[in-house]
Amino acid sequence: MAEGLVNLITKQRPTVISKWFDSAIHAYAADTAAFIQSQKDPFANPVGSQTRNSVEGLFDQLVGGMDAGAIHACLDPVMRIRAVQNLTPAQATAFIFALKKILRDMFDKQLKDAEGMRSFLEVESRIDRLGLAAFDVYMACREKIYELKANETRNRTFKAFERAGLIKKDPGKVPDA
Amino acid sequence: MAEAKPKPKDVLDQLNYQPPRADWMDTPVEIRKGMYCYASNPKSVATLGLPNARPWNPTDEDWKLPENWQQIIHEGFKERLERFRSFKVFMDICVRCGACADKCHYFIGTGDPKNMPVLRAELLRSVYRNDFSRMGKILGKLNGARPMSVNVLKEWWYYLFQCSECRRCSLFCPYGIDTAEITIMGRELLNLLGLNIDWIATPVSNCYMNGNHLGIQPHAFKDMLDFFVDDIEEKTGVRVKPKYMKKGADILFITPSGDVFADPGTYTAMGYMMLFHYLEEKYGLDITWSTYASEGGNFGFFTSHETMKRLNSKMYAEAKRLKVKWILGGECGHMWRVINQYMDTMNGPADFLDVPVNPITGTRFEQARSNKMVHITEFTADLIRNGKLDLTPSRNDYMKVTYHDSCNPARGMGLFEEPRYVIQNVCNHFYEMPPNTIREQTFCCGSGSGLNAGENMELRLAGGLPRGNAVKHVQDSYGVNMLATICAIDRAVLPTLVDYWAPGVQVTGVHEMVANALNLSGQNERSTNLRGEEIEDLKAQSEGNADE
Amino acid sequence: MNRKYMFAFIAVLVLFLIAWIGASIGLQWLFGVAVPYLAVLIFVVGFTRKVLGWSRSAVPFAIPTTGGQAKSFDWIQDAKLDNPSSKFGVFMRMVLEVFAFRSLFRNTRMKLKEGKLFYQLEIFLWVGALAFHYAFLTVVLRHMRFFLEPVPWCLQMLETVDSFFRIEIIYPQFQFGLPAVYLSGIVLLAAVVYLAVRRIVIPSVRYISLASDYFPLILIFGIAFTGIMMRYVAKIDINAAKQLTLGLVTLHPTVPDGIGAIFYIHLFFVCTLLAYFPFSKLMHLGGIFLSPTRNMLGNTRAYRHVNPWNYPVHVHSYDEYEEEFREKMVEAGLPVDKPLEAAAETAAGKE
Repeated sequence: MAEGLVNLITKQRPTVISKWFDSAIHAYAADTAAFIQSQKDPFANPVGSQTRNSVEGLFDQLVGGMDAGAIHACLDPVMRIRAVQNLTPAQATAFIFALKKILRDMFDKQLKDAEGMRSFLEVESRIDRLGLAAFDVYMACREKIYELKANETRNRTFKAFERAGLIKKDPGKVPDA
Repeated sequence: MAEAKPKPKDVLDQLNYQPPRADWMDTPVEIRKGMYCYASNPKSVATLGLPNARPWNPTDEDWKLPENWQQIIHEGFKERLERFRSFKVFMDICVRCGACADKCHYFIGTGDPKNMPVLRAELLRSVYRNDFSRMGKILGKLNGARPMSVNVLKEWWYYLFQCSECRRCSLFCPYGIDTAEITIMGRELLNLLGLNIDWIATPVSNCYMNGNHLGIQPHAFKDMLDFFVDDIEEKTGVRVKPKYMKKGADILFITPSGDVFADPGTYTAMGYMMLFHYLEEKYGLDITWSTYASEGGNFGFFTSHETMKRLNSKMYAEAKRLKVKWILGGECGHMWRVINQYMDTMNGPADFLDVPVNPITGTRFEQARSNKMVHITEFTADLIRNGKLDLTPSRNDYMKVTYHDSCNPARGMGLFEEPRYVIQNVCNHFYEMPPNTIREQTFCCGSGSGLNAGENMELRLAGGLPRGNAVKHVQDSYGVNMLATICAIDRAVLPTLVDYWAPGVQVTGVHEMVANALNLSGQNERSTNLRGEEIEDLKAQSEGNADE
Repeated sequence: MNRKYMFAFIAVLVLFLIAWIGASIGLQWLFGVAVPYLAVLIFVVGFTRKVLGWSRSAVPFAIPTTGGQAKSFDWIQDAKLDNPSSKFGVFMRMVLEVFAFRSLFRNTRMKLKEGKLFYQLEIFLWVGALAFHYAFLTVVLRHMRFFLEPVPWCLQMLETVDSFFRIEIIYPQFQFGLPAVYLSGIVLLAAVVYLAVRRIVIPSVRYISLASDYFPLILIFGIAFTGIMMRYVAKIDINAAKQLTLGLVTLHPTVPDGIGAIFYIHLFFVCTLLAYFPFSKLMHLGGIFLSPTRNMLGNTRAYRHVNPWNYPVHVHSYDEYEEEFREKMVEAGLPVDKPLEAAAETAAGKE
């Protein structure tokens, strides 16, 4: 049903991706965003390159198979970064939904007739699914961070003490390093 | 000033987020959870006799500053300008060209513009211009000057504890302006007001009183090493005999206490013990440990020059007391910046020690002829070079190794080839990370300079992103499964970091690898590594992964 | 609109008006003699004081940034420039730093892509900075002809090299004998425009820029612009100008008639730059030579650096340590300096 629109979107791949990428990095301060946008070296600018890769991968899923595993794999790098960057969950995931507005602005002609509208709603539902998946990945990363926080001391100092038999029955408080 | 708790309205605004265009001076600091470390415990501050010990909380409005705090800062600033040419010159000559801006791992990872090195320095420079330059005072904000205020102070505190003093920016600066130097001065000033973080203050006080950061008392230190003895015997069938504070030994060995008490550094400590055992059995070399000088690391360096000197003094004092010939230092990062660039000046001259000579190879370590302290990778590289070690590198065949240059041995010493030489002689699969992430351009682990606490995990992970990203790259490209390093903080924090950014990669010290490859006389079949994992299983696993 | 560069722009505009009005209402002596003397005085005194101020501050520790392998074993190649172990190495490191902006060049990443060498955008900062500084140097040297009579041959050589671009438009009815175009002037103008535009356009650089970063750029633009105008468009009486400048250096100041107002504007801009110099970031000219991360030797373990203010500190001695832990140490089989009994006796003796 939405094939026509999807084809149109696919034809505009570079434009959509570039707009989407720009909107994604709007989560950062203006001066930072410029750096993220312009520095192309993936090692000097991991945020930019991972975000770009993610956006490209997600685009292909949106116009392609919407494969859950692949979507997850595309979302993981970018959400993993956003989860440590002091963005709120809303800020971290907002760029997924921003695609709606980008597409509406780019393909407003298609919105005029009922058929086009239906295709649009179909595509937007797909975007919603991407958004929900993004929440999942974001939360998984946050949980991972809490887990790392909780386990770190235990995994290092406590374990070493335990192995050495320095901790007897009641471990009590883990010693401060 | 409280922690940022998003209100419903904020969240809605953020959905339509347009970054503020305000000047950085007009953007007040927001102390965010996950980015800052807890305040120093007053007891630790008092133990060292440092000023203004008191309980305080960074997220409180009132930091309980002494009444004349502005005067203290002003006078402290003035004093440091006279004592440190680096500070004075760096306050004056920055042209804000922006070459450093994107070189900081914290900026790259957090995206916070105030983490650009130039801006971190401007935090202090703005006050310098106001207090010490007439032009700055007259032109005020236009000239980038501003008076010291509580908010400025909080901004200093927040961002000076988001710098790991890694010196990467300094490499790119056309005038060699070193943000580490500025952070060091800024932290000294903060310490005049008792504004340290606990992750630094308490280890410092522990180290001062008990000889090491963890506050381990002498008998517990020995217990731990005794345990390693059992562990080594279990895995290799050889019982090693570490010596403690043996007077007249050839060499005093000092390593960060993290190697003795925190995994996976403990395996590196076992590595040292096995190496020393081998050298004693075969060549009669006499190396001793000390519980008094049981800390190579020096969190005093992250407090003030004076505190650094107080902690560091134990190395020479103990070497003198034990009448050893010279000192051997373990794998540690900032420890080696202190030893290389500060120790001899602060606590030398070490004229009671000999110019280090390796009695086994006859090599005279000319590079350490004044401060008399040799890095263990130099020592081992020399042994390997002269064919003095019996090694079976294939025991490390399950490892696909990459090497993380720690910031301080890289940009504060220039130790690049020795660890690589050792690694390449004890394992068969070694892969470098991309050139702009290693050697002098190495990226920090994100947790250096005392920022390896737990509460600032987001900061650590964000700061470690450039490093994690490069590790992920070699993991994906070559199947790298082991990250080798010569820094105790690295060994403590990189497992967490790679667990997040490149899951599946493990972290090892270089001497853990040496020990795995080293053949001891009377050893068993050595079917496991030091971690007790079956080598054949690991080999099969790693081959399986490579096939995928 | 950014207040910072607007302020800098307005400041230069005000300077322009002051000089223009001054020259128009007959204050030639003030702007041609008094102000230049004052400016040179401020420059010399200010510069010297600043450098002396820096050198009065101690260098307590040897803290070079080690950008390469330290000198260690014979069989390991050391980085002689980036981690110098000899004074010559330091000298070369400084020479390359001062004359080739080597650290800034590091900023440039080169990439081999399909056999072709690609430079990333950052190279423009390095190129721009080099162009700016060398053009400025050439212009300054060229201006020495105004202070020397006869003009030494080396200056004439420099001018010949600098002016190998000759645009002479000579029509029969339009004898616009355009003098030789000095490359340095054009390059200086272009580079200063580039550096200013870069500051305004790149958001992160704009974010860190202060009014005091724009001011010298705009001022130097003003200097170059008025200079070029004087030479090619609103021509002034060069001989009269040289009479004035020679008068200044020979300490017999005269103010010849008929030098256009634009000369005084040019001169006033230069004076402002001179007087502003010692109090601004432009002092990086002197500061780079004193930067401890660049001008120190990397062999810090082989030679002891002396800290002039090294002072004794409180330490926790081994004796204090043993005193606290003696029993536990003995129990764990660790050697102690004073056996338990002896220590107990001493303690009893004290009481």
